[in-house]
Amino acid sequence: MDVILLQLFNGASISSILLLISLGLAITFGLMKVINMAHGEFIMIGAYAAYVTQNIFKSMLPEKLFNYYFVFAIPVAFVVAFCIGYLLEWCLIRFLYGRPLDSLLATWGVGMILQQLARNIFGAQNVAVSSPTWLNGGWSVTEGLVLPYKRLFIIALVITVLVMMYMYIYRSHAGRNMRAVMQNREMATCLGISTRRVDGMTFAIGSGIAGIAGCALSLLGPIGPALGTYYIVDAFMVVVLGGVGKLVGTVIGALGIGMFNTLFEYWTTASIGKVLVFACIMAFLQWKPMGLFTMRSRSLD
Amino acid sequence: MMLYPTMSKQKRIWLLVGYGLAVAILLSAPLFLSDFRLNLLAKFLAYAIVAIGLDLIWGYTGILSLGHGVFFGLGAYCMAMFLKLEATAGKMPDFMSWTGLTEMPWFWKPFNYAAFAIPAGIIIPMIVALILGFFTFRNRIKGVYFTILTQALVIITVTLFIGQQQFTGGTNGVTGFQTVLGYSIKDSSTKIFLYMVTVIALILVFIFCKYLVNSRFGRVLNAVRDAENRARFIGYDAARYQLFVFAISAGIAGLAGMLFVLHVGIISPSMMSIVPSIEIALWVALGGRGTLIGAAIGAIAINYAKSSFSTAYPDEWLLFLGGLFVVVVVFMPRGIMGLMHDGVSRLRGSFIDRSRNDQNFQKEADQS
Repeated sequence: MDVILLQLFNGASISSILLLISLGLAITFGLMKVINMAHGEFIMIGAYAAYVTQNIFKSMLPEKLFNYYFVFAIPVAFVVAFCIGYLLEWCLIRFLYGRPLDSLLATWGVGMILQQLARNIFGAQNVAVSSPTWLNGGWSVTEGLVLPYKRLFIIALVITVLVMMYMYIYRSHAGRNMRAVMQNREMATCLGISTRRVDGMTFAIGSGIAGIAGCALSLLGPIGPALGTYYIVDAFMVVVLGGVGKLVGTVIGALGIGMFNTLFEYWTTASIGKVLVFACIMAFLQWKPMGLFTMRSRSLD
Repeated sequence: MMLYPTMSKQKRIWLLVGYGLAVAILLSAPLFLSDFRLNLLAKFLAYAIVAIGLDLIWGYTGILSLGHGVFFGLGAYCMAMFLKLEATAGKMPDFMSWTGLTEMPWFWKPFNYAAFAIPAGIIIPMIVALILGFFTFRNRIKGVYFTILTQALVIITVTLFIGQQQFTGGTNGVTGFQTVLGYSIKDSSTKIFLYMVTVIALILVFIFCKYLVNSRFGRVLNAVRDAENRARFIGYDAARYQLFVFAISAGIAGLAGMLFVLHVGIISPSMMSIVPSIEIALWVALGGRGTLIGAAIGAIAINYAKSSFSTAYPDEWLLFLGGLFVVVVVFMPRGIMGLMHDGVSRLRGSFIDRSRNDQNFQKEADQS
């Protein structure tokens, strides 16, 4: 029983990380049709933002405040990634709308540059972020089942981000504008929405959420310039599986991949497990080629 | 066989002279290049072959595959297994006994024979491509979705090759070759021979692809690229064409991989992972999509620059390469060949020609 619960929890934990990483992509890819291969580097930026925040707290503020640095690190990571995302959209991405494959190559180049810059600034070595003491240890449900607080914290963080995104996209004025632009750009322009500003904001928010994801990842292990590359393809698979344009698709996609991944890795080995998950995704796409949820439209091409 | 049916006679003569010169330089390269440089050039030519293969599917059919590193790697592993078994005289390779295997796995055994290994290096990548292609094109999964799936293929293949290290040599890959068909692989004469084989393979692949894209089949590929649904409504089975060209492209990549191993003497999972796979796309984009010769030029140019600069200035090189992705996509979508074409047109003063091509390209870009 404990084993099953533990596997379930592990699955939920992996799913939550996947979801946090792919939420940003769901926005940039799902809504804007831009393949942002630099998304992984925004994760890396967020992680380094947490690292810098930690160092500032360590060197400048009294020791007893150190435990609260992580609470500050999350908004800092969001803001830093948001700003860089906004800048990137303004300098590059806006020339690539409607050319998804070109945006893939160009943002891959941007990712390489960002990685190299991180290597120049922080060194090629991985750096460790020491997590606050209140996140150490775990919640012992039964004798053999201990759930680490860090993982629980990440799950809670994902739920918070999800709720905030939902509120933004479906319940706020800016979110309504965003959905309008993504559904019918010309009509939105006619109604007086500044599509340029909406594009910039949307991309920046997607990047900012990647920053939060990076912040969360810094809890789980040392961080390095190539942090994002491990996750980027998995995150894209989540979006492909979940379908574009709806948040709920991303949630279910992440849950599916995370759970199946844990399950297969438990049954077989890590590498075979990955192959099986890929096979399952391919099989699923035979049934629903556009993913779980799609925006219905009658337009062809 | 008419390679350029639509071109004026004068232009065709100039082109043939150009190709003739290029072939002559390539064939006479052993006379004036040192062994080391010749080996490098041979490696670049192997890269040029895979670039031509990718151009066939990306430039002419509009499908970007980021999985060509895998096809390249599969071909390379087939050749490497053959060479390894030749080096160990058919006994179990050393890395297997380190990982505790007592008997050679069954799928290694046929690689004792060149007659199996060499065709396998082309056919196995084609089979993988056919399987992936069948399940994607059939459902009209295309564009970026296909690209992402090919990238996932790369990830799982690399994980599998690293994870199953008792069969594949893990991260170290397969290396330690001595002879190829009885001739020492380090000999100067063997190297020159292998170089010549590569040049001939490149020429044959180039002619084959040129023939393919100028044939009726190639026209359909263009139609599928420019307006897939229209092609389908006319009655062409777009999926079948995409599948076929994807498999051919994978086979060419496998051939390139086999030649690569012969020159470099090692293959490891890192040579077929995400980064090399996407670099192939950069070579094609730099040279000029939809121009086979451009793909080859792009591959040779970038790899020449890489071998000249990346060891002396590793940091700057990565920044440069990253910048190149951006510059090529934003400022020169038609690549070097596009720039050259513009240059020639400008010299002639025929701006009409150029603007017409720009418009065509813009149309393609809008639709992709």
